[in-house]
Amino acid sequence: MHVPRFWREIPNRYNLIGTKCNHCNKVFFPPRAICPNCRRVGNLEPCKLEGKGKVLSFTVVHVAPQDFKDQVPYVLAIIELKEGPKLMAQVTDCDPDEVEIGAEVEITFRRIKEDSEEGIIHYGPKAKLLRSKPSEQT
Amino acid sequence: MRRVALVGVGQTKFGELWDTSFRQMIIEAGTRAIEDAGMEGEKIGAMYVGNMSAGQFIHQEHIASLIADHSGLAPIPCTRIEAACASGGLALREAMIAVGSGIHDIVVAAGIEKMTDVIAEQSLEALATVSDQEWEAFVGATFPALFALMARRHMHEFGTTEEQMALVAVKNHHNARLNAYAQHHIEITVDQVLQSPPICSPLKMLECASITDGAACVILAPLEEARKYTDTPIEIVGAGQASDTIALHDRQSLVNLRSTREAAKAAYQMAGLRPEDVDLAEVQDSTTISEIIAIEDLGFCKKGEGGKVTEDGMTAIDGALPINPSGGLKGKGHPIGATGISQAVEIALQLRGEAGKRQVKNAEIGLTHNIGGSGGTAVVHIFRRQD
Ligand SMILES: [Zn+2]
Repeated sequence: MHVPRFWREIPNRYNLIGTKCNHCNKVFFPPRAICPNCRRVGNLEPCKLEGKGKVLSFTVVHVAPQDFKDQVPYVLAIIELKEGPKLMAQVTDCDPDEVEIGAEVEITFRRIKEDSEEGIIHYGPKAKLLRSKPSEQT
Repeated sequence: MRRVALVGVGQTKFGELWDTSFRQMIIEAGTRAIEDAGMEGEKIGAMYVGNMSAGQFIHQEHIASLIADHSGLAPIPCTRIEAACASGGLALREAMIAVGSGIHDIVVAAGIEKMTDVIAEQSLEALATVSDQEWEAFVGATFPALFALMARRHMHEFGTTEEQMALVAVKNHHNARLNAYAQHHIEITVDQVLQSPPICSPLKMLECASITDGAACVILAPLEEARKYTDTPIEIVGAGQASDTIALHDRQSLVNLRSTREAAKAAYQMAGLRPEDVDLAEVQDSTTISEIIAIEDLGFCKKGEGGKVTEDGMTAIDGALPINPSGGLKGKGHPIGATGISQAVEIALQLRGEAGKRQVKNAEIGLTHNIGGSGGTAVVHIFRRQD
């Protein structure tokens, strides 16, 4: 991904800022400019997300594109955030065997990849397993 | 709208066609379709070509002009259609609309992809561009990874097993052996699938369609004129197309494709038919789980039972509802833009009774299902033999 395209997305990526429809209250992340439910009736406003969620599904990637080759095998998951929206992120700092559907995670910001074309390092959201689940604390 | 029928079909062999160029491939498929229709090229009024990415695969855009030019059909209008893996299906739909509306009489719908002029890694990267670049590919998603995420969730919700998914590949490889145009002519076993190298867990190498070159072509005419060109017109009785979010994570569900369901609903409605009326179908098995989810969403079995009915043999050539008798994307190969047209070629051959060793018995109504990316686009066509 080229530099201008990447930089444009930085505020949302780094701060987990989605958008919220002031008509139906649905929260979108990645942010949307138009609410698909309300279209012109709803206005979308920035909405900061807490970054807590759970794993809806995951895969361990063994065959990766050039920019990700040095990272295989890595875990890629769809995370459902507490506020409702879902996003795709790698699950970091874990053994692939530790990841399971339903596992609770927290979004953190990490190095995503080094761009082989531009040589710049891209940062973005990754998920970290919350190992002490609330149920285990009690 | 006028009733529309297929009057000629043709395709190239699918595979790694090192010694054949993009231009040669489209001409070969087109010539076969024209010969099949016993038609003069002068009759053709327009052409629609499905192609995902000649820009990335052969570094050539503006292929509509190139194809009209080199097929000798210029100055007729030629239009390229792009919707990732659904490019071919959409080209067929536009061709149908053009004939149905009366704007043109004879229209060609073609599809082509030349994928092996670049190295495998570049193909993988080109394929990843069908996903959301900023929020999927950016974090390391590949095309198979998206289907792997659906597979894991399907296993979680319905108890679908890796063996059931493997059986889809085993069946489609078996069918491909009976198809001279198919890329792969080797039988595989469940054990071989399960032991093949992991691509994106739970999907393994033998569960993902391979990189393929190929072109396919069909010729459409108004049904009332179709008998000038063929004894067995294959009418397009239903057509539906739908869109969904480009990113998988934005969907309400990971275990069904709303685009497939909506496209199928529209096609069944237009045809006045129900899923149980369909005699055979060519569906998008870009991975094994894709076929399982497709047959559920098309209404051929209950949601969650796609794995089980595969295991029970329903989808085999001699089963109650044969799925992918051509070998599907897995066995026949998946030259992206050509796939949707090649599915229609197979259904036409089957409904005419010309499918040889893989002939489905007593087939009168066939269905094709073609999706783009992880399901951001879907297109369904229903065909009926007119004796
Ligand atoms: Zn709204």
